[in-house]
Amino acid sequence: MTRSNGNSVEVENLVKRFGDFTAVDRISFQTRTGEVFGFLGPNGSGKSTTIRILCGLLRPTSGRAIVAGYDVVQSPELIRRNIGYMSQKFSLYADLTVFENLRFYAGMYGVPAAELRGRIDWALEMAGLRGRESNLTGTLAGGWKQRLALGCAVLHRPPIVFLDEPTSGVDPLSRRLFWELIQRMSGDGVTIFVTTHYMDEAEYCNRLALMNGGKLIALGTPTELKLGSIQGWLLLLECDRLGEAIERLRRFDGVRDVAVFGNALHLVVSDAAAAPAIRAALEADAISVTSLQPIRPSLEDAFVALTTGRGANCPSELPS
Amino acid sequence: MDDKTVVVRELVKDFPGVRAIDHLSFDVAPGEIFGIVGPDGAGKTTIMRILAGVLPPDAGAATVARCDVVGDPEGVKHLISYMPQRFGLYEDLTVNENIRFYADLFGVRRSDREARAAELLKACGMSEFRARLAGKLSGGMKQKLGLVCALIHTPRVLLLDEPTNGVDPVSRREFWAMLYSLAGQGVTVVNSTAYLDEAERCHRIALLHQGRLLFCDSPARLKSRLQGSVVSIVSSEARRIRDALAAADGVSSVVLVGDALHLFVDDADRRIRDLSARLIGNQIPFDEIVRVTPTIEDLFVEAVRKDSAHPAP
Repeated sequence: MTRSNGNSVEVENLVKRFGDFTAVDRISFQTRTGEVFGFLGPNGSGKSTTIRILCGLLRPTSGRAIVAGYDVVQSPELIRRNIGYMSQKFSLYADLTVFENLRFYAGMYGVPAAELRGRIDWALEMAGLRGRESNLTGTLAGGWKQRLALGCAVLHRPPIVFLDEPTSGVDPLSRRLFWELIQRMSGDGVTIFVTTHYMDEAEYCNRLALMNGGKLIALGTPTELKLGSIQGWLLLLECDRLGEAIERLRRFDGVRDVAVFGNALHLVVSDAAAAPAIRAALEADAISVTSLQPIRPSLEDAFVALTTGRGANCPSELPS
Repeated sequence: MDDKTVVVRELVKDFPGVRAIDHLSFDVAPGEIFGIVGPDGAGKTTIMRILAGVLPPDAGAATVARCDVVGDPEGVKHLISYMPQRFGLYEDLTVNENIRFYADLFGVRRSDREARAAELLKACGMSEFRARLAGKLSGGMKQKLGLVCALIHTPRVLLLDEPTNGVDPVSRREFWAMLYSLAGQGVTVVNSTAYLDEAERCHRIALLHQGRLLFCDSPARLKSRLQGSVVSIVSSEARRIRDALAAADGVSSVVLVGDALHLFVDDADRRIRDLSARLIGNQIPFDEIVRVTPTIEDLFVEAVRKDSAHPAP
């Protein structure tokens, strides 16, 4: 059964139970065609289970999921032919040449013989691997390997590509090049579905969904999540004797969370007006404060606040 | 130099066909959290293994807590705890049994180990999992258990090779809270990571690229070296803005980042005025235009781009 209304992924009341454990608990969302959609969540949040369902590898217990126009229960094999999948641990064959890897994946994805040469040329161009067709894949630097993996994953022109921590371990320059390629593909109408633990990868997404305990707990642009996740204020504190400062702040009424960042602390407070009192309390303990000011939450601050409830709307859940 | 816990001088290590470490020098002070930062293949693991006394260098010198890693590799092992990427947890033993095993291995007295284990497990939020099999723990908890086992004795120097790989942000914060608390007690921490957002948490970092040291300093001082500044524009029409502003005066590059654009400019205050006027003139809607702090990634990209000796990746 096929249907198409401009959304490349449509998920409605999706549930997956393993015995009496509910891994995915009635989640619903859509991705728009051509968007870079980030799917985030801590270990055990139901994120990987959802991806396995969307790739047609696992049957849901109930609910519905349509990917690239196909129902995951009715046509899992059509889904697998209409998606691309690439992970950092993508299985390129190290002892095959660049060209042989491309030809292998073209065969696997059923690229028609008439298009084969053109698609391989396209992938070589995109990955910047022209002239290196006969190099052994195992000898390529990380950035090239990663772009070759992307090329292999999209040889059959899938309308949607799943990326699992795609830039893990590659150098920053290659990482930027990679995201430029992804932005170009998304500009051409390919939907990009990214899963990652790394917030610097999540920053590259147009919209983010956050899973926790099997439920979808937040959905929005990175800016919306940063601004909407924290009820109250985030303060950046620079002071000496960090360890003692943390102890003191944990006992301070109105400070909902304390996290260390290098030589500074991030504090979540109910009211920014508490700042002078915080400064006074620290100085009373002979801790000297260099700077205390409100800052915008990072995506990681948002992630932690939303998944732990710390800093979000429930001060009663603070750790003692 | 006596006050430095780790001293590395002109270290070189070759593997067949590749120089993994190329004349590397740096120092780490007591109680410092020092990050060895770089992509896969930069030489991070090689450096860790040399410091742990399990891999001899081809040239150069390194001391850990004044012990020479080349001359006295056995001596080093009593002063450090080394957590390699695949830490040897016994999956069919419980959390408690794993801890007991490492306590025996490190020769920790029975009277000391119980209190120490309880304290460490509490710090990483694992007290209620003591009877669980290690194989049944999530990735984040396995990493934390690895750290607990590595810390069951009190090392002078803790060597961690990519300790937070595959660990989610919540567990990663707990992990870092433990590291800061150890550093506060005077333990020197040397950890490696491929992630530049992790690097921002270290007191000081060494940025490695192909076995060579690009920079070594605190994240704040490294960022202040970056010439120019970064302006972020949030807009639903990011692509139109990129096309409209990519060639604007004072803009050296534009990166699309999610629902925003980052523009590298010579002078933020001046360019924010020019650029917003231009967007309004072109009737391109935007929600916000602000100066943002550059990241270590920005610095790294700049440095590698300028490094003409470096072939394009």
